[in-house]
Amino acid sequence: MSPATILETPAWPDSYDGEAKARVGFFTDTSVCIGCKACEVACKEWNQVPEDPHGYTGTSYDNSAQLGANRWRHVAFIEQRVEVDGVSSSAPDSWVQEAQRQQLVEEGVEPHEDEEGFRWLMSSDVCKHCTEAACLDVCPTGSLFRTEYGTVVVQEDICNGCGYCVVACPFGVLDQRKGDGRAWKCTLCYDRLQDDMEPACAQACPTDSIQFGELDELRERAEQRVEKLHDRGIGEARLYGHDTDDGVGGFGAFFLLLDEPETYRLPPDPVATTRHLGENWRAAGVAALALAGAVVASVLGGSR
Amino acid sequence: MSPTESEAGDVRGDVRASTDGDTYVHGASRGEGPHTAQEARTGVGRDRGAKEIPMVPKDRPRTYYDRPVVKSPVWKPEIPWYFFTGGLGGASSGLAYAASLAGNRRLAKRSWFLAFAGVLASPVLLITDLGRPERFFNMLRVFKVTSPMSVGSWILFANSVTVTPAAAGSLLGFPKGLGRRAEPMAALVGLGLSTYTAVLISNTSIPAWSEARRELPLLFASGAAASAGAAATMITPPSYAGPARRLAIAGAAGEIVNSQLMSRRLGDLARAYHEGEAGRLDKISTLLTVAGGALLAGAGRRRAAAVAGGAILLAGAACKRWSTFKAGFASAEDPQQTVGPQRERVEQRKGATAPPV
Repeated sequence: MSPATILETPAWPDSYDGEAKARVGFFTDTSVCIGCKACEVACKEWNQVPEDPHGYTGTSYDNSAQLGANRWRHVAFIEQRVEVDGVSSSAPDSWVQEAQRQQLVEEGVEPHEDEEGFRWLMSSDVCKHCTEAACLDVCPTGSLFRTEYGTVVVQEDICNGCGYCVVACPFGVLDQRKGDGRAWKCTLCYDRLQDDMEPACAQACPTDSIQFGELDELRERAEQRVEKLHDRGIGEARLYGHDTDDGVGGFGAFFLLLDEPETYRLPPDPVATTRHLGENWRAAGVAALALAGAVVASVLGGSR
Repeated sequence: MSPTESEAGDVRGDVRASTDGDTYVHGASRGEGPHTAQEARTGVGRDRGAKEIPMVPKDRPRTYYDRPVVKSPVWKPEIPWYFFTGGLGGASSGLAYAASLAGNRRLAKRSWFLAFAGVLASPVLLITDLGRPERFFNMLRVFKVTSPMSVGSWILFANSVTVTPAAAGSLLGFPKGLGRRAEPMAALVGLGLSTYTAVLISNTSIPAWSEARRELPLLFASGAAASAGAAATMITPPSYAGPARRLAIAGAAGEIVNSQLMSRRLGDLARAYHEGEAGRLDKISTLLTVAGGALLAGAGRRRAAAVAGGAILLAGAACKRWSTFKAGFASAEDPQQTVGPQRERVEQRKGATAPPV
């Protein structure tokens, strides 16, 4: 299969006839992320996403917490104890937790030295623009749609806030905006794409951790990057969302990670819920028949 | 290879403290033995704050500061009540049509009345739950087979347009011909209405709902039968209420049995149904369902017992829908429920493709 056919989605490029553009996406290389959160800020500014103050999480220096209706890029900080000489510490994961435990919230704890069994991982999370997008499939109004670029976008003039996409997404990306009622998420800067500009987050990223481009080209670039890291002895480097045989047919926005996906709060084996649709409806059919049988049997027993 | 060496190569294989003292166990084959030396070194029950925290000699997959992976539903209390009214109304249509075919006019009339009550209540509940209620009609701008909510919106629409003439024909005598013709259609749509809501919630990324996809429709159908039967038993003279009573008892039995089957299938995920608020509601529901069913079975031919038993059974069915609803929130909030089974699948696939040693 050529890359182009691998990357086909159920609605792209076929439904666009000749007007389909090349499928675009993100390759987020977390090995060079420095956790500056410029992508979060750029996204908010460009897309005029409202503030969502969280206060301090108390678990790490990540205080913006999660993706949601008001955060379409989120940089996770994994501040984590690791094993030294085969011994894993039972201390809390992060220095923030350690400071809290020792009631040193004001002073903080001593910063760590290398080889002290501590690591920092950073990763900028975003909507995956899945090849098989469950959010799009379950949307009852047709508000969520596949664009000519193969991305997944919510049409805000259609969305009636039913909330189905929120629970359908295997990554917890979408959410309903309070006071507004509609569902919001990353549009991969649909407006900028139409003016041949790259998305705001990718443009703002100072280390090129967020790379934007045509998906087939990004995929090649990512494979080369992993090989390079492996050659340098970083064996834990791996691609996430690159495999088109996964439960969502591959991601439009995929990642290079330095540990298992769950470390970054990414599900290790996401499956589009709609893959179970046949099984679901068959079970409902059996249940409806059983109900009909129970009704008939009850009536056949006479009226007393 | 000694157990300690095997631990060294695996970052996820470390010992994690549990704050609840009751930890989700994932990958039961890993764990026990290898951690003993570490426990001695790191101190069991180390003090963190005022609470004693036992070390857990089992492995938990890494999560991001125990924060959820998937989002909790944004659905409000209208939704479990809709599950209840939809089930009650839908199954009432079936009971009404069957009773009318059998010539039990009194039961048929009352059941059509209940089905129509469902028609009045259900859309209101659904519409008020929307983030943008004024855009309800956008539900009817497409028909999407991949969206159980789209299919359900059309089922609810069809339910309204079939039950209304059927109920009017039966209760008011007008429109008689149209009402008669609408009756079988209303009964058929009612079967869909009482079961599709299970598909609605099992077609999500919430583990305790999604993994129960084979049992949830039967559970919801049972609840619908119990509700419709119980409500009709309450308002029908006992000498005509036999079919409703039997349907109520069968539904109650179905709820208990399917609940058990579902828990067995879910394994560890069943905790979402048995702990916290969902667990409390589940216990109350079981008590009410057994008591109401037993009362109807034992003394249901007496009017007072029929009313009491029916009311208890209705309360039990409502609690069951609420318990199921709350379990979805508990499951979504627990990252272990999302990550655990997925990690197991990954490891299984790895095991299947690994070259033999």
